[in-house]
Parts: sequence; C-alpha cells; structure tokens
Amino acid sequence: MSSTFETVAGIISETADIPREQITPESHAIEDLGIDSLAFLDIAFAIDKAFGIKLPLEQWTQEVNEGKAPAEEYFVLKNLVSRIDALVAAKQA
Amino acid sequence: MRLEYFEMIDRVTSLDRDAKRIEASSTVPQDSPVFEGHFPGHPLVPGVLLTETMAQASGYLVLGLMGFTHMPFLMGVDKARFRTFVGPGTVLTVTAQLEHEGSGYAVTKAKIAAEGKPICDAELRFRIMPFPEGMDGLMRAQATRIGLLEENI
Repeated sequence: MSSTFETVAGIISETADIPREQITPESHAIEDLGIDSLAFLDIAFAIDKAFGIKLPLEQWTQEVNEGKAPAEEYFVLKNLVSRIDALVAAKQA
Repeated sequence: MRLEYFEMIDRVTSLDRDAKRIEASSTVPQDSPVFEGHFPGHPLVPGVLLTETMAQASGYLVLGLMGFTHMPFLMGVDKARFRTFVGPGTVLTVTAQLEHEGSGYAVTKAKIAAEGKPICDAELRFRIMPFPEGMDGLMRAQATRIGLLEENI
C-alpha cells in the first residue's frame, strides 16, 4: 500500500489509540474503527500538518448530510488516502 | 476578571491579523466566591480558570480573524502547564497565537504571564461552527465591551 496510507494509518493508530494491525485500506473510520467526530478532527489536524494540506471537512460533511455523496467516499481509508493524494498533487501543481 | 461570570478577559490590547496573534489584559479580583473554596485561607486562581482565560483569548482571536462569521467552541486542551501560583490582584497578560486553521476547526497556542514571568501555557483546539441562533449579536456586544471590535476590527 502507498506511503500515504502508511502515514495515515500511523496517525490514526497513534491519535485514536487503535492497534495498527486493525487499520486496513478497507476500514471505515467511523463504522469499523469507531472514531468519533472529535477524534476525527484530531486526526485531520495531524493529516493537515503531515501533508501540508487542509482537508475540506466542512464541505465533505455538507455533501454527506445533503445526500450528495455517501460517507464511504470520505471515511473508507483507501478513499481518504486518494483524496489526500489529490490535495497534495493540487498543492504541488 | 469576573471569575464567577466566566468573564475572563478585561481588555484586548492588540490583534495582529498578519501574525494571527492576540494580546489581552486581565486583573484577578481581590475578592471572589471562587477563593472561598480554592483554597480556604490561601486564595489561588484555579488552573481550570486559567485554562478558560487562555481559551477565551484564543476564541476572541478566532472570532476577530474570521470576522465574527463563526463561533469557536473549545474541544481540546493539550500540553497544559501551570508554572506558578496566581493570587488576588495579579495583572495578567494573556496571549494567543493561531497555529492552524483547519476546515471546521482551529488550533492555538496560548500563554499567560504576569510581570513578564510565565504562569501557564497550553495548546488549545476549537471546533468552528455557525453561530447558534441569536448568539452572534451577544458575542459582538461582549467583544465590544473588551475593546476587540472598536479598536481592532
């Protein structure tokens, strides 16, 4: 798996105190890993710092609440990693 | 400071938008019911109220930088250290620096000093949310009272 996933998995493991081996690319941050909204903001802060980006959490939340996107789009880790990679690429472009 | 009303900031002395930093002044009252219990015969400002003071300075910083569009609510306190005692009549200088503005949250580093000597410091995290109904005007009035709006915005 990508180095981005490894970094994110490490952040989640450390921030939310979840054993690293439980965290896979298919893991749903909320449903599988039990991460609550407060912990997710801690994780977002660590991701923002690690990658020099700003995860658009407000936009994602709004899209999920309005039914424009399923939560899996953002909270399944392989999807979250893809979005992080896209944000990093956009920043470097 | 009116400890029992949680009005911890007396006056905002500067808001530097470029540096994303605020400085405020507060004077610990000579008398307060808080001191009856903390501690009998030995009045000290509780650490939780010093933390609240740092949080309020940080909150006014976020409010000022965001132009009072959203309300910051304290959601985390990290690395809090209380380095010395604070008694009645102490004049406090409270500073807060925005460390990171995320999407829907913000992180500050805040500290309190008295006569140049460090009293406490912490890293604080806030959830940034739309104002609850009717709160906007009340917070603006509060900010005006401490000089944030009239002098710095």
